[in-house]
Order: sequence, then C-alpha cells, then structure tokens
Amino acid sequence: MNAPAYNFAYLDEQTKRMIRRAILKAVAIPGYQVPFASREMPMPYGWGTGGVQVTASVLGPNDVLKVIDQGADDTTNAVSIRKFFQKTAGVRTTTDTREATVIQTRHRIPETPLAEHQILVFQVPIPEPLRFLEPRETETRRMHALAEYGLMHVKLYEDIAHHGQIATTYAYPVKVDGRYVMDPSPTPKFDNPKMDDCPALQLFGAGREKRIYAIPPYTQVVSLDFEDHPFERYRRDDTCALCGSTDSFLDEIVTDDSGGRMFVCSDTAYCEGRRGSDMPAAPAPGEGKS
Amino acid sequence: MSEDERPLLIAEALKKAFGRQIACRDISFSLHEGEVMAVVGESGSGKSTLLRLLSMQTKPDAGCVRYRMRDGVTRDLAALGEAELRFLARTDWGFVHQDPALGLRMAVSAGANVGERLMAVGWRHYGKIRQAATDWLERVEIEAARIDDRPDIYSGGMRQRLQIARNLVTQPRLVLMDEPTSGLDVSVQARLLDLLRKLVAALKLSAVIVTHDLAVARLLSHRIMVMKAGEVIETGLTDQVLDDPHEPYTQLLVASILQP
Amino acid sequence: MTAALELREVGKSFTMHLQGGVRLSVLSGISFSVHSGECVVLGGRSGLGKSTVLKMIFGNYRCDSGQILVRRGGEIVDVATATPRQILALRQRTISYVAQFLRAVPRVPAVDVVAEPLLLTGTPPEVARNKAMEMLRQLNIPETLWRIPPATFSGGEQQRVNIARALIAEHPILLLDEPTASLDADNRARVLALLAARRTAGTAMVGIFHDSEARSSVATRIFSLPERREAA
Repeated sequence: MNAPAYNFAYLDEQTKRMIRRAILKAVAIPGYQVPFASREMPMPYGWGTGGVQVTASVLGPNDVLKVIDQGADDTTNAVSIRKFFQKTAGVRTTTDTREATVIQTRHRIPETPLAEHQILVFQVPIPEPLRFLEPRETETRRMHALAEYGLMHVKLYEDIAHHGQIATTYAYPVKVDGRYVMDPSPTPKFDNPKMDDCPALQLFGAGREKRIYAIPPYTQVVSLDFEDHPFERYRRDDTCALCGSTDSFLDEIVTDDSGGRMFVCSDTAYCEGRRGSDMPAAPAPGEGKS
Repeated sequence: MSEDERPLLIAEALKKAFGRQIACRDISFSLHEGEVMAVVGESGSGKSTLLRLLSMQTKPDAGCVRYRMRDGVTRDLAALGEAELRFLARTDWGFVHQDPALGLRMAVSAGANVGERLMAVGWRHYGKIRQAATDWLERVEIEAARIDDRPDIYSGGMRQRLQIARNLVTQPRLVLMDEPTSGLDVSVQARLLDLLRKLVAALKLSAVIVTHDLAVARLLSHRIMVMKAGEVIETGLTDQVLDDPHEPYTQLLVASILQP
Repeated sequence: MTAALELREVGKSFTMHLQGGVRLSVLSGISFSVHSGECVVLGGRSGLGKSTVLKMIFGNYRCDSGQILVRRGGEIVDVATATPRQILALRQRTISYVAQFLRAVPRVPAVDVVAEPLLLTGTPPEVARNKAMEMLRQLNIPETLWRIPPATFSGGEQQRVNIARALIAEHPILLLDEPTASLDADNRARVLALLAARRTAGTAMVGIFHDSEARSSVATRIFSLPERREAA
C-alpha cells in the first residue's frame, strides 16, 4: 500500500470547508444556485468535476460510496471516479444502492427508493434552466431573484406549438419548494417524481459553471407544465429483457446491424437485484410518493 | 371604466445630462387617461432620452416621474423597488421600440412572443394562451396561420405589429412609443398608423409617441410637445400647435414639411 | 350668459418669425354672441379673418386677447384660456366644425369617418355606424362609396362627408366654413335644408357663406368683420 500522497478525498481541508459552506447555503435555499470556487481537478471539465468536488467534501472515512453513470456502475466514468475515491479516500465502495451512504450519479436517479441517511450527488453540465432562452447571466440572476419565470413556460409553450406536446425529455425544469426553478441535470423526466419529497439529501454540482445547488430531504419538487398539458412521466411501454421489470427506465441496446435491439433496465444494480436469488423486488419507482 | 380626473403620468422638472451634453432640461408635463401626446423634434432634441426617463430605463439627474397605479395611488417611480417596476413594465406599460427586433424575442414563435407576458403573470392554460395570442394577431392584422412562425421571417411591418400585440396583450394603460413607423414603407406606415389609431381609441390608451414626423403626430396625438436641444419649445393641442405655431422653431419645423 | 357662444373683444395677430418677425394683426376687438336657434353669418370681404374667427372658436387657432365664452351644460368655458383637455372636451360634446377642406385620414372608410364623433362620446359602434349611414344617405352619398376612404372622392363628395361628420353628433354649437362651396345646386339645397332644420331644433350656428342663396336660407343675422387697420 502506498504512503498516502493525497489529502483525504483529494481536496485540502480549506477547500472542503468552502464547498461545505456553499452546500449549507444551497440547502438553506432549496433550488438556488450558489456560486463556489471550483478547483482544478485531475479530470477535465465535462467529466464530472462538480459532482466529484461535492462528493469529496461530504465523504467521511466510514461512508460507503456508489458511483453510477447513466444508471450503470460499470461504465468507464463510473469506474474511474470510483477508483479515484478508493485511492484518495480509501472508502468502501459498492454497487448496491441500499448499502451506499453517498451515491454520485451522472444523468439518472436509482430505481431503488432512497433513505434518510443517504446523499445523492448529481453531476450537472449547465445549471441554469433559463440559459437557452436568455443568454445573459445578469438577466437570469434577476429573473431568479424576482421569481420571474414566465420565460420557462415560453419554452414549454414552444414545445407544444411545434411538437404537439412538451418535447423536453430530459433536464425537465422543476420548481423547488414553491420558489426557485431548477434544472435537475440531464436526468430523464421519468426521474423527476423521485426528487419530490425524497428522504435523501440531493446535491447538485457544476464544476465548469461553478455552481452548487441542493434539494433538502422531504422538499416539494414540482415539474413545470400547463393545466391542459400536464407533466407526463414518459417511459417506453416495454419490459426489461433481462429481469422483466415493467416499471424501470429502459435503455435501448442495439444487438446487431440488421435492426435488432433489446431494452434493458438502465439501472444495472436494480436489474441485477431483481435477477439475483429471492430478494424481494424493490418497490416500483414512484410508489408511495406523489 | 370611470374616468379618473387625476393625471396618469406626471413628469416634474426632469433633467438628464450626459457629461456636458444636456439631453433633457427641466421637462414637465402631465398626461391623463386616454390622452396621446406626441413629442416631436429633430435628432438630438432629447426626445428619446425623455422616453427612457419616463419608463425608468434611465435615471434622471433631477426631477421625478410619478405614475398613478391601478389601485389609484400616485407613486414616485424612483421609490418603487425593482420587482415592482419590472412588474409594471410587463403589465401596466407598453414600450414600442423603433427597431422591433429590440422589443421581440426573435428566437421564439409569434404566439410565444404574444403569450409571454400572460405566462409571466401566471397564465397556465396552453389553450387559453394560444387563443389570446391568436386573437391579438388578428387584431394587429397578422394572419392567424403565422402564429407558429418566428419573427425573424416576418417583414418589418409585421414585426412592428407583432411588437404592438406583444405590448398590448396585458391591456396596459400607458404605452410609450419610440418612432414606431420609422423605416417602414409608406403604405406599411399608413397601415400601422391606422392600426395604432384604432387600438388607442378602442382601448382608451394613454400614449407618449416620440416622432420626427409631424404627420404622424397630427394623426395620432391630441397634444404635442416640440423639443429642441433638450428643451420644450412649445406645447399644446396638436392641431393648434401645428396650424398656429407661435415659436420660431415650431414655425420652421412646420414650414419644412414637404407636400406630396 | 344666456347665449350659447359669446366673443368679447377678441384679438389675434400672427408673428411670422421666418419672415423676419413680421407681425400681422388679423383681428381686433371682435365681439358678438350667438344664441340657441340663431345662425350668425360672418360677413366681409375675403382676407378679413372670417375663417380665423371660426378656427379660434374651435380652438384650432390661439386667441391672443379677449374671451371666447362657450356655454357647456351649466358652466361657461373660455376657449381663449382653456387647457387642451378642456378644448378636447368641448369638441367632443359641444362644438362641431365643418372645415373648408377635408383632411382625409388614409385607409378609413367614409362611413367610419362620419361615425367617429359618435364613437368618441361612447355610442355603441353598431348604433354609430347606422346613424352614419343614415347621414350619408341624407347627404346623397351613394352607398357604393360608404366603404371607401374619402381621399379619392370629388371635392363635393368630400365636403358632404365633412358635413355629415359635423352634424352627426348634434352638438349645440355648429361652425361652418363655406359648407356649400363645392356643391351643385341639388346638393346645396339638401345641405341648406338640413342646416335650417338644425337651427330650428336649437343649434347655435356661426357660418361663412359666400353665396347669397345660402345666406338667405339659413342666416338669422349677419356680423360683418370690421375693415382692418394697417398693421403696426
């Protein structure tokens, strides 16, 4: 075993303190984007530096870490980030959602419902939900400060006008605690209801954009919509080819070059869990929640 | 709507200078509901600056602007918080820019442009928003079928009419217009002026219209204010000032109009 | 004041700044009154300021000295010192003016030009339009022209549109500047008959008529403007 060349979880203690202050502020103002002094990390922007910094700041030696990327524990990024924390923090890692105390994720929320002692850390590319319609940062800050969110509905209106329905399928904007409009990161809109009234703490880190935001446990999170075009939790109406689930979010996998394809659970751990022994099936996502 | 006899908008001793350039020198007037006032002058007269002062886009160096809110209370606009001012700008006021691209969101459809203010004040029913947008497009003589087109493929005249629809959808009481017909073809201008005349009368709008074109002033306004180098040279009933000008500068302006 | 309209020592001059500040004194010491049911015709040669008097009563020209008193309901308003709002209110409900020339607004059909004064007093659009059509009929404007903007009409047709517009709201004071100048005999007779009927109904009228037939059929009195003294 090497002599430790890094501080625990890579970041120095002062940096962690700074990030924790930002996190506290974010938790105190649910959905509000808190600027923070994002550090140079040993991976480039666009590879999860925001999420990594948040995880590094909340991780303790007794934590159990799970890292997923598009729902899978075994993709390159998930593996790299897990190894990064194994090396710099020496924490135990797992693929079992229920076992983990800190889960860092890129673009998905696990199917297994989370519990009060868990923290979910999201990797966020563009934190500002209004950015595409209003490129000026000065203007979007004002809009958030004054709760002027008409423009958000303009985007949804445009979708319906051009596509007959709200065409946004991921990064679907939500209103947190009745006040701030937030981008939930590019998770599929299927996952939006999981954020509402969730027992776990949800933290969002954007490294390149230098923003942290948060949803405290049991906070109201509502997806924006119109009265006559209500939010729909879209899911392909199919079963997982591996475990037979009819409730989980499915990935499409191309099997050959003649159009063959199959659909499997995006959440690999969930899928394995259903296929393994006689474990009772996890409750369907969304069950018991609004 | 009962006619409140108190003025809707009061400008008091407004002054604005940019370095040594004095754009507005002690401008005062009041505007009542249903009144249209034209501010005419040549380039550099300070008329556009005056409009910006009235809408609080620029802060005056001295003087104040007071406005009677919908609840009947007349307030000094400088005392309003930013949120209140922005809310007023979206609901009670309209501002028609000379260049419609400045007053529109070119990247979203015409319907969204008209519907934005409604969504900003809490409308959440897509069908109703779309219906209101359709009604307004028809009122400004834009084919309803073009509701989903973006204004970047509209002609200049259409864009200007769309800008007007966007401003009027929340039934503002005061509309400020900066050279609304400049740069448009004559026939397009005529159509737009006709539309403005009808809408102002139908909605009992108060308006301040900045223009260098005396014919526009005569057509649209009840009162006129002639400005030169930041000062008000002459003011009064439009037809009176244009038919019986007293000040030398006013006489010069009136005499300069080309007769077709 | 029992008169509907009274001028007291009214004076006006024009200062032409573009011509070196030349001052033309046009009117001086003009006084007369008009009661309901009277038609005062302004007499005198061309250039004495007859049109100017009418325009001053209407508020189109400013009054330099004297008073122009108008009875409005229970109160008296002095046009010479009235605010723009007050003058607009007078034009809306009290004074109508048939100008010598019709200033045509582009694109507005004749029927709407005529209906407009009624719309300004709050009459419902349907009612206003029906009355406008009735007036146009009385003034012999063919129905085919009703939906067309008057800019392309003949001089006589334009004048009749002007008259229709001034008569439709039935204001207590009516000012007429050569209302029959461009009309043929038949139409002139119609118009004069209409005016006479109005006068009988109680309208107070001040008019400029150059032809004697017109004068004799509507005038109750002639007020001759004095010859002008040379400018100071």
